[in-house]
Parts: sequence; structure tokens; C-alpha cells
Amino acid sequence: MKEEVLSDEKIIEVQNLSKQFKEIRAVDNLSLNVYKGDVFGFLGPNGAGKSTTIRMLLSLIKPSGGNIKLFGKSLKENRIEILKKIGAIVEKPDFYGYMTAYKNMEILGKISGSNISKKRIMEMLELVGLHKRYKSKVKTFSHGMKQRLGLAQALLHEPDLIILDEPTTGLDPQGMKEIRDLIIYLSKEKKKTIFLSSHILYEVELVANRMVIIDKGHAKVEGNVSDLLNSNKLKVTFEVDEIEKAKLLINDTSWMKMLNSIVGNKLIFLLEPGEISFLNKLFVENNILVSAVIPTRSLEEYFLSITETVSK
Amino acid sequence: MIGLINIELYKIFRKWRTYIGFIAIAVLVSVIQVAMLVEGQRSINFMTHNLQQSFILVGNLLNGYLVSHLILNTLVIHIPFLITLVAGDLLAGEATSGTYRMLITRPVSRINIVTSKFLAGIIYTCMIIFFLAIFSLGLGLSIFGSGDLLVVQNGTLIVFSKNDVLWRFLLAYCFSSLGMGVVASLAFLFSSLVENAIGPIISTMAIIIIFIIISGINIEIFRAVKPYLFTNYMNGWRLFFDDPIDIKEIVKDSLILLGHIFLFFGSAALIFQKKDILS
Repeated sequence: MKEEVLSDEKIIEVQNLSKQFKEIRAVDNLSLNVYKGDVFGFLGPNGAGKSTTIRMLLSLIKPSGGNIKLFGKSLKENRIEILKKIGAIVEKPDFYGYMTAYKNMEILGKISGSNISKKRIMEMLELVGLHKRYKSKVKTFSHGMKQRLGLAQALLHEPDLIILDEPTTGLDPQGMKEIRDLIIYLSKEKKKTIFLSSHILYEVELVANRMVIIDKGHAKVEGNVSDLLNSNKLKVTFEVDEIEKAKLLINDTSWMKMLNSIVGNKLIFLLEPGEISFLNKLFVENNILVSAVIPTRSLEEYFLSITETVSK
Repeated sequence: MIGLINIELYKIFRKWRTYIGFIAIAVLVSVIQVAMLVEGQRSINFMTHNLQQSFILVGNLLNGYLVSHLILNTLVIHIPFLITLVAGDLLAGEATSGTYRMLITRPVSRINIVTSKFLAGIIYTCMIIFFLAIFSLGLGLSIFGSGDLLVVQNGTLIVFSKNDVLWRFLLAYCFSSLGMGVVASLAFLFSSLVENAIGPIISTMAIIIIFIIISGINIEIFRAVKPYLFTNYMNGWRLFFDDPIDIKEIVKDSLILLGHIFLFFGSAALIFQKKDILS
């Protein structure tokens, strides 16, 4: 995970953003801030309103209410100026399949009004590993290749803010890793601000420094990823040889309050990270053989706890 | 804007469907010319049978101008089909292919996007008519040669000297481009409403067919609505083959067609400005 970026310059400032589609309120009074240099994780289950929010940030759809400021300026009044500083992938990247990768890039560069050189296009294609296929028609590309081309087009005009909506969807593990590495590279080496929407929590956990979790259109929690992770206990499974003896041992102790459940010969506790070794020591000193200690607490657990609480 | 129009034209001409119009015109014009080569003289004799009893007709009556006039009369009804194939795809095609997102997140105003697409569609329409003109006149004159043009206008036979014909054709083709521009604009308007090109193509053709049928049926109730149907003004190119030319009528028809173009494009632009891109 990245270190927290120390900047108070707001790149994205969303206040009470709402979007109503007939009876469905896709985004409901959402507020969030993204600071310069952030890799900002935008988390939520499918249908939480992530893509709708991103579409509003990119002026693809108009908000029903609220304000969006990017780079300190109102999106509504400074759309073109703001979009010059943004590169984006919105959901799956689609291109003109009947054109080559190079031609697609050239056309998108021209539409942007930037004087994009052939060298720059080739550099971006090389960055995403598509330089050897620059003459191939995009319709011959796999989904992963289109995703990478999507990244290349997003970076083409050297934007300050990169908005990535589910950039690893449909990629194999190697492809996912490559995208993650690229995000880290863009953040650390190129000092870009990155807004990363995903429902793959592990992905956000690995690359983001700050995040918001949204569900049913509004933010449930926002803050530093490390703070949010540390503020919650780990779910730790202790697999023991004598379950009854272990139960007797912890009975009437403070450990009992931390016991979450018992499944077969597994005792599942909710613990602070520092408590794991003490409990393990207790079992071992009382001749209870611990065959496995499995901590499962992660952002995923946290995410589920947040969204499950909401649904309950 | 010119850069955007160039990009749109590039996109249009990289699609196979764009060439269907040119191929169809080339095939149809060739077929008609061959048919006229085989059967034309007999048709001319039949058409002028009564006249030949009172007058002596001399010169090359079956000439390139006559054949081109006949082709323009015939194809001007069918060309809308070919134009909607491209015009109906201009906006909806981007939605179908998912490229709307990429396009609209670029730092360019929506009005510039929609205008460049519309103008590219109009340029394509003019190119189709220009191709018809060149191919029809070029092939006709090279096969049948030049000559005076016989035209039946409102039941009267008018003979135009061969030196007095070419400019009439050029203006007639320009007027036809205006008429086809209305068709392209209508297809473009429908294209702004949906996310699949099939709908605009079918809807535009349905409207044109209905309007042409209503215009063609000579009953009281339809006569009353005829002035409000734009198809009624699309045959205004025929006014250039009248003597004397009714300039006032041509200007009126042109303004009505132009008004339709602005109305359809204006509506499409307004819809596109407010449209939520969900594709």
C-alpha cells in the first residue's frame, strides 16, 4: 500500500452529488474529496453508483443535484478546460474496431486538440506493451489488450488526473498485476492523481492511499486506507487438536468475549493484530496443539461488514 | 471544427456501408443505361408517335441528357435509402460501438461534436449526388452522345437546346442535394435519440415512404396536408427543366427544405446537448 500523500490541494471535490433515473436514485448526496497525488480507491459493490458517479465526473451524464469541482473549478462552467487535464477509462474501453490501434490513438489525440506526436503515441503504446501491434485493427484485440489500449489513450495527452473505472475487469492475474504496477508507476514516478473505481478490494488495498466505500449511492466511509484497516479487528481462525480443552481453557477469560464462532475444530476470534501471538502462546503452554493460525481480516472483510450493515 | 469534420469523414469512409450507396448508384445507372441502349429508341418512338405525325423530329433524341434526366427522375426516390444507411449511423453508431464515452470525455464541446458529425453527413450526401451526376452524365454522354433534351413538364413537351441543358442539370443536382440533406437531417435526428442505427434507418424510410404515398394520392384530405410534407418539395429540381423557370417557386421550395434541415439538426443538437451517455 502506498504512503499517504501529503497535499491539501483538492483535485476532485464532490458535494451532495445526486442522480435520479426515474424511480431509481443511483447516487444519493455523495460527497468526497480527492487530493493531489492521491491514489483514491472508489469502492462499492455492483450497482452502488460508482460508474454513475464517474460518468458525472466526466460530464457524460448530468447530475440531478449537487456540485462537482475539479482542479478547484466548477465542472459545469469549465468542462473543456477541465477535461484537458483528465484521462479516463469508463467501464470497458471501446474503440473503432475497423481502425488500427495507432489510428485510434491519433484520432483521439486530434479530438483532444493536442498536438500529439507519433513518438508520443508509440511511447504510450510501448508503456502498455502494445507497440508491436500498433498496426493491428482493434477488432482483432483481446479484452485485455483493449484495456491496455484504454490506458494508453487515457495517458496520451499527459493528464494530471487519471480516472479508472474497473480497469482490471476481465483481465487475467498477470494482466491485473501489470495494471496495478502501472498505477503505482504513474503515481510514484509521474506524480499523477488517480481515481480508481473497483469492486475488487484487494486491488484497492494494494495501490490506494485513500478510499471511500459507497453503497446504494452514498458514502459509507471515507479516509486513509491504513487507518480504516487498522481501526478494525482481524478475524483469526485457530485450528486446534483438542477443541473441548481449548474451549474450557478460554472459558471465563477475556478471550471468550473475542470468540466469534466455532466451526469443527476451528475457533474463530476477532482480535487486534498484537493479540494473536498471546492467544497462540496460551494454547501452546496448555498443551493444545495449534496446527494453523489464519488471519482473514482485510479490506474485503471490512468492506463486507460495511455493506452488510447497510443491507441489514 | 475542420479537423473534427475530417475525422468524421475518415470514420465514415472507413466503413463498408458507406460504399453501398456508391456501388448501388453505379449498378443502377449502368443497368438503366444498358436498358436504354437496347430499348431506348423504341421507347422514344413510342413517346413521340403522335408528334411525328405533325412534326419532323431530327437529331439525336436518345442522348445522354435524356437518359440522365430519366435516371434522376427514377433514382431520386431511392437515394434516400442509401443516405439513411450512413446518416442514421452517425450518432447511434457511436453508442452501439461504445465509443460515445471516449468521444465525449475529450476536451471538445458537445455542440462541436454533433455539428461536425452532421456536416460530415451532409458532405457524404452531396458526394452521393455528385457521384450520381458525374456517373450518370459521364456514362450517358459517352454512350449516347449529346443532343437536345425533350422533357414533358406538366403535360407540355419542352425541347431544350443541347447548349441550354448542362447548367440546368447542375442546378437540378444541387437542388437534389438539398432535398437529400433533409433526409440526412431526419435520419440524424433519429440517430440522436437511440443507441442502435437500425431504428433511425427504418424510421426515416418509413416516414419518407408514408409522405411520398400521401403526396401521390390525389384526394381532398391528402391535398390539404401536402404542403406540410417535406417530400412534396424534394422534386423541386424538376423546376429547372421548365420554360420559363419559376425562380420564385424554386426559392420557396429551397427555403422550406433548408428550414427542415435546420429544424431537424437543431432538434438533434438540443437532444445531444442534454443527453445522458449511458451506453
